[in-house]
Amino acid sequence: MTIEQWLEDARMDAFRRQLPDLATLLEGLAKSTAALRAAEWNDDASGRAPIDGDKESQ
Amino acid sequence: MSDVHPTIASIAPRVAKGEVRAETLAEEALARIAELQPKLNAFITVTADEALAAARQADKDIAGGRYLGPLHGIPISLKDLLDMRGVPTTAASRLRAEHVARRDAPVTARLRAAGAVLVGKTNLHEFAFGTTSEDSAWGPARHPMDPTRSPGGSSGGSAAGVRTGMSFASVGTDTGGSIRIPAAACGVVGLKPTWNEISADGVVPLSRQFDHVGPLARSVEDASAMFDIMRGTAVTALDASPLRGRRFGLLSGYFMDRLDEHVEAAVLMAVDQLRRAGAVVMEVTLPHAADIAAIYLHLVLADAAAYHAKTLEARPAAYTPNVRLRLEMGRHVLAEDYVRALNGRRVIAREVEHALEKADALLLPALSIPAPPLGQATMPVKGGQEPVRTAMLRCTQPFNVTSHPAISVPCGHTPQRLPVGLQIVGRLGQTSELLRIARSIEAALDAHA
Repeated sequence: MTIEQWLEDARMDAFRRQLPDLATLLEGLAKSTAALRAAEWNDDASGRAPIDGDKESQ
Repeated sequence: MSDVHPTIASIAPRVAKGEVRAETLAEEALARIAELQPKLNAFITVTADEALAAARQADKDIAGGRYLGPLHGIPISLKDLLDMRGVPTTAASRLRAEHVARRDAPVTARLRAAGAVLVGKTNLHEFAFGTTSEDSAWGPARHPMDPTRSPGGSSGGSAAGVRTGMSFASVGTDTGGSIRIPAAACGVVGLKPTWNEISADGVVPLSRQFDHVGPLARSVEDASAMFDIMRGTAVTALDASPLRGRRFGLLSGYFMDRLDEHVEAAVLMAVDQLRRAGAVVMEVTLPHAADIAAIYLHLVLADAAAYHAKTLEARPAAYTPNVRLRLEMGRHVLAEDYVRALNGRRVIAREVEHALEKADALLLPALSIPAPPLGQATMPVKGGQEPVRTAMLRCTQPFNVTSHPAISVPCGHTPQRLPVGLQIVGRLGQTSELLRIARSIEAALDAHA
């Protein structure tokens, strides 16, 4: 799921439950999730090795 | 308010000889609590009758030649996350106001077996889910030097109580910094041991993979005695090892880039004092330090949300509003991002291990800002303004992520006389060695105070 789709769904949930302040917090979480997903040590199924030195490039 | 209170190490020999009665210490602690509670709100439950009974028993036992050790007859408090038989464990939440613990947590039982006099349960940030101790169903805990400020959190009541003589030491918990942050804010010592070194059974969890139980005390020696008793080993004398020739890695980059200017000055002055004492201090970095906050956030949010899922649905209004919202946020963390965070955790742990290959310990600030005013959203740091929560977690949360032991030791003050803490990080499983190093650093800093 893309972050954009996730945030849209999460914000709808927050407004449906009448928690507008939660929607604001979720925007902050989205930024953090984007940073997490952009980290260079994430796995890549295309075969490019992550920076984890214990794994060998496939 | 007197700021001078004896350590356990200084008073215990006098208690052992009968020169000072445990009942007197308990009466003084309880009087102190009664005097300061309206201003600092450090306690949720005061167990006065039980404490006095335990103190009288301690005096009888000591007079009868049955001295149990340095904690015998000493007033100690517990963060209100730990079970104490027959007393509510509220977690500072209305959700648990009626809960009464049926048995002591193992840590509580060990303190009792060592003869400690338990004076009560301290105030905290609700369910330990915050760094300021201001979101509590019993009202905010307040800073001992400036009650308009936070004492830090989440073990804020514990730190305020130790600093002001309400107890000689306290037991706190630390999931992202909740022992070290209030210890630094209030000018006391706070130890987060290696993960799982002290039992967290009978302790309300926030994130079991990050939760640590540890002591807050007035000296490293006192923290060491508490640590030994809490983990169930005999109290061993803390021989300070010489600083000359010791090698320390000063964590720079991410850990020094966004500090309050006075915190930075105090920490660098402390590091300079260590160099003058003969220590070798070199700068080290963690290459992926900037990823730590996102790693921590995704794991702690999801862990906490899972624990609270049932009550978030059944009784959401029983939480304080800010804590409720953060828990609700946690229910939106996706499994794939949780797994990414777990992978990132291993990367950071390896980088800390690598930094410790050439150093006996790592050094960095414990808290990047001085104690913030209650209700403040941001604080000034080098480079601009930083959200309070981000600033308070920056230097401590990495070592919850990696499980390394870490201790905060007072190292100076800001011009407004707010305390600054130096954090020392040791090798995994070597908390006792960390305490020896911290003792030496404390002595070197005291010598220049």
